[in-house]
Amino acid sequence: MRFWEKPFGKEKPKTICGEIHIIDDRCKGCSFCIEYCPRDVLELSEDFNKKGYHPPVIAKPDMCTFCGLCEMICPDFAIFVTEKEE
Amino acid sequence: MANNTAQLQEKPHPMEDILRMDRMPHIWCSGCGLGSAVTSFVEGLKKAGVSYDKTAIVSGIGCTGRVAGYLRLDSYHTTHGRAIPFATGLKLANRDLTVVVFSGDGDLFAIGGNHLIHAARRNVDINVICVNNFIYGMTGGQNAPTTPLGAYSSTAPFGNYEMPFNLVGLAAASGASYVARWTTMHARRLTDSIATAAKKKGFCFIEIVSPCPTVFARKNKGGTGLDMLKEFQTRAIIDHDADPTKIPLNMDNEIVCGEFVNEDRPTFWENVQSGIKSRVEKFTDWEEMQSNSKKIHHKTFLKYTASRES
Ligand SMILES: Cc1ncc(C[n+]2csc(CCOP(=O)(O)OP(=O)(O)O)c2C)c(N)n1
Ligand code: SF4
Ligand code: SF4
Ligand code: SF4
Ligand SMILES: [Mg+2]
Repeated sequence: MRFWEKPFGKEKPKTICGEIHIIDDRCKGCSFCIEYCPRDVLELSEDFNKKGYHPPVIAKPDMCTFCGLCEMICPDFAIFVTEKEE
Repeated sequence: MANNTAQLQEKPHPMEDILRMDRMPHIWCSGCGLGSAVTSFVEGLKKAGVSYDKTAIVSGIGCTGRVAGYLRLDSYHTTHGRAIPFATGLKLANRDLTVVVFSGDGDLFAIGGNHLIHAARRNVDINVICVNNFIYGMTGGQNAPTTPLGAYSSTAPFGNYEMPFNLVGLAAASGASYVARWTTMHARRLTDSIATAAKKKGFCFIEIVSPCPTVFARKNKGGTGLDMLKEFQTRAIIDHDADPTKIPLNMDNEIVCGEFVNEDRPTFWENVQSGIKSRVEKFTDWEEMQSNSKKIHHKTFLKYTASRES
């Protein structure tokens, strides 16, 4: 019996990961999400959206911890995160 | 009823069930803090567990006054400065509702200033959320009663000579049961405050310091919305024990944030009840009268309640 694989009878802790959804054409390019993401997941896109703003792009998708701060702070309801199913 | 952009997405934005998507995109400028304040407000309602069908939102006029029109709650866009009297009547007529006033600093403290202090004095059971951007945003940057001394505005081209109001100090001194101040950057703490206020009895006042890059920052070399948020970040301190009357906001002093007042006082309705009770008891049985009055139901207008599903 390999009981040592489950110390204290617990499952291996799951790492919580977020999946980021950006609604490009709704974004007004304020960069709040890019600046305040604690894990620097987002970057300013080189491309323009329909309104002529630079929306964010996901630079480091694996770093997102599903903290939801980008979603809370976006004034244009243009970005949100869902929990990624592993 | 999502708009075209949203339909291309595999998943809708979680705010879409409460926003009036037919009115999106909203009119607020790039980098304006109002959208963040709306998200915190909705999250706060969710956290407090109040039903959307039992929540009414009342706004006055201004950029902030648009909030009521963008939310799929029972919303009222009243005349300039008159959100609080409207909300007072609404609450007294239908006491099951959570009534929230969401409006700007100019609307609530200039033209509507008297309504605010008197609603706080009476301790009317409503929540007032004031977005303070230090200026009249919508009409092009005129001086507001919150514009800091020395700040430029379109009606103060040589700098403002007037002392501004300290909003939290005024609300607390007038007798509010709950008083808090946050900036739009404090998204989570603001959410918690809104949830606390939604569940609390009595007059609750929350000031949200918000960036207005288009008008306030342009006149005062404040940069973009992001620059203003960064400035708030360096200036903000959290001190729940601060005396709300001693923490005014100037051009460059610290922005003291926190929950400054959280007390229980009898509300206006409770005082009305106990006043009537003491007089009526001489003639009739109070408990019986109460139970009879509960039998009168408010009419339900199906036309309105069904609109959320459409
Ligand atoms: C009776 C009346 N007087 C004046 C106006 C013009 N007016 C519209 S919005 C506004 C000021 C709004 O300022 P504030 O409440 O700070 O809102 P903001 O746009 O800054 O969010 C004024 C004076 C009006 N609409 N009605
Ligand atoms: S959820 Fe948090 S970590 Fe993920 S992108 Fe948004 S702010 Fe960054
Ligand atoms: S916070 Fe929203 S509007 Fe601002 S850049 Fe990010 S996605 Fe765009
Ligand atoms: S004028 Fe100011 S307050 Fe009004 S939407 Fe623009 S940035 Fe926001
Ligand atoms: Mg204003």
